[in-house]
Amino acid sequence: MFQWFIRLVPRGLRYGLKVISLLLAVSIIAFALVCASPIDPVQQYILGLGTAVSPERRAAIEEYWGVNDPPVERYLNWLGNLLRGDLGESALYRRPVAEIISQRFANSLALMICAWVLSGVIGFALGCVMGVFRDRWPDKLLKKICYLLSSVPTFWLGLVLLLVFAVTLGWFPVGFSSPIGVLEADVTFWQRLHHLALPAITLSIVSFPGIALHTRQKLVDVLSSEYVLFARARGEGTWTILRRHGLRNILLPALTLQFSSFAELFGGSVLAENVFSYPGLGSAVSAAGLNSDVPLLLGITVFSALFVCVGNTIANLLYGIVDPRIREVSQ
Amino acid sequence: MEAKNESLLEIHDLSVAFRMYDQVLGQKDLQVISDLHLTVRPGEVVAVAGSSGSGKSLLASAILGILPGNATVKGHLHYQGQELTPARQAALRGTEIALVPQSVAYLDPLMKIGAQADGHRRPKPTEKRRELFRRLSLPEKTGKLYPFQLSGGMARRVLVSTALISGARLIIADEPTPGMSLDQALEALKLFRQMADQGKGVVLITHDIDLAFAFADRVAVFYAGTTVETAPAADFRAGPEALRHPYSRALWRALPQNGFQPIDGFQPYAGALPGGCLFAPRCPYKTAQCEQSPPPVREIRGGEVRCYHGA
Repeated sequence: MFQWFIRLVPRGLRYGLKVISLLLAVSIIAFALVCASPIDPVQQYILGLGTAVSPERRAAIEEYWGVNDPPVERYLNWLGNLLRGDLGESALYRRPVAEIISQRFANSLALMICAWVLSGVIGFALGCVMGVFRDRWPDKLLKKICYLLSSVPTFWLGLVLLLVFAVTLGWFPVGFSSPIGVLEADVTFWQRLHHLALPAITLSIVSFPGIALHTRQKLVDVLSSEYVLFARARGEGTWTILRRHGLRNILLPALTLQFSSFAELFGGSVLAENVFSYPGLGSAVSAAGLNSDVPLLLGITVFSALFVCVGNTIANLLYGIVDPRIREVSQ
Repeated sequence: MEAKNESLLEIHDLSVAFRMYDQVLGQKDLQVISDLHLTVRPGEVVAVAGSSGSGKSLLASAILGILPGNATVKGHLHYQGQELTPARQAALRGTEIALVPQSVAYLDPLMKIGAQADGHRRPKPTEKRRELFRRLSLPEKTGKLYPFQLSGGMARRVLVSTALISGARLIIADEPTPGMSLDQALEALKLFRQMADQGKGVVLITHDIDLAFAFADRVAVFYAGTTVETAPAADFRAGPEALRHPYSRALWRALPQNGFQPIDGFQPYAGALPGGCLFAPRCPYKTAQCEQSPPPVREIRGGEVRCYHGA
């Protein structure tokens, strides 16, 4: 066990190095893009103050902020602060970026976890049904539904659900993460869940078809494999085969896919949160973009890259832990 | 009932066709096995020998009833004198009739060997399996390994053990020797010989003709989806004079130790089969009759042959 652990150390270090260089690259590219864009952070800041500012005062602010320093120097400055945990202050919200991210992320995480679990379970179950009934009517029907749903834009679906279930039927609230006029501390778990339901359902409806189609394909491959032919030759029926060989062989790719789908999940949540006015990271990033809030925009960019990295790392680790063939190689 | 002369498996006029979809012609049937005859008695090894692409492996699937959905089967299959219906096939596979597949690819890559050899039936035959593993000189820890951790020889013995654990009386071994050294192949065939000596019937599907001649009791020569001749293995060891069908003789002469003489032409593809005798296009003795209708099965000198001129 100890030996095994020792041997994993260099691999872990290499992987860590890769992740760090990736995050650095993301931060450099994001910073360069913001520099190249016509956004004027000082102008935004002054607008935010709400009072007129004299040209001298403006020059003083520019001097204080180092706006006229060379870009590399500004980047290193920002990076240094980032490493100390200081992400700057949001021009839009007038609060530290780190605080906004942590608060918004908690909301987003609840939304994404719900959507992630929902789409994973529904997608996997439907994929299994399609694989077992391959080319028969349940498969054909579900496949058409999957293609249809995966071509539906998230925001449009969100609007339709909002119209039907929130406006017409009144089953769900129209927006936000908690009821209006209720103190943050008084919001119950059920109220949160109630507000979360529609955006989570929207998000999972657009992402489960992909999972279902992947699972179906994988199960079709497994069911046409030689080991399933042999299982049939030994008298195993369809359900026994699904239980003994099918699930075992498709669960791992399904889980990996699920963990590496964090990027799409995050992308989808930006749209869903905007439609439902849900105060998560996704609506914060579009607000930051539209209002030229540079510190917040950069902070969320780096944070979301980290988030996607974590998902991919978990997917990688899972393969190593669960698949005996890969476990053997690493030992 | 006299068990000795009772045949275990009897196949009459078996034909297997696949329904294919062609963009131009719509659907068409692809005949892969035509009018095949085969009999297996308890205690004997019957080798089904033929070149690649002659439909040998499909024969195993047809007997077990595990052909793909687009296959149609015609003809008669009898197991222990009773018609082998799809329902009976489903009941018998894995209990009375067992398949020994060709390679480790037929084992679930993510399931431990012990669980796989035990199979899905309850109660688990774990004790019996352990004893069989010992008899097949598989190390104790084999049960805890995954298929990819087995050597070729170990995998072979594990696959054989699945047939033995089931207690089946009819064993169908599909190409058990390719990729093996001569020693391994001999050892594998010895296992099948032992099974037959214990009173089981063994169908040995192979293109390793030499080994089939050496280990089988009878050899069925397979050509373009049918058996052209079934004869005692001794006849094949004796030489072309003892054989009945021109293809069997050609096959014998094509072996390296017998002159290495090939004959012209190639085996017809499924979907482009000749109307009469399947071997007629390549046969030196063919007459007008051969091209008109397929020859019936005739009994000559203790063997069966499908030829108008065979002697």
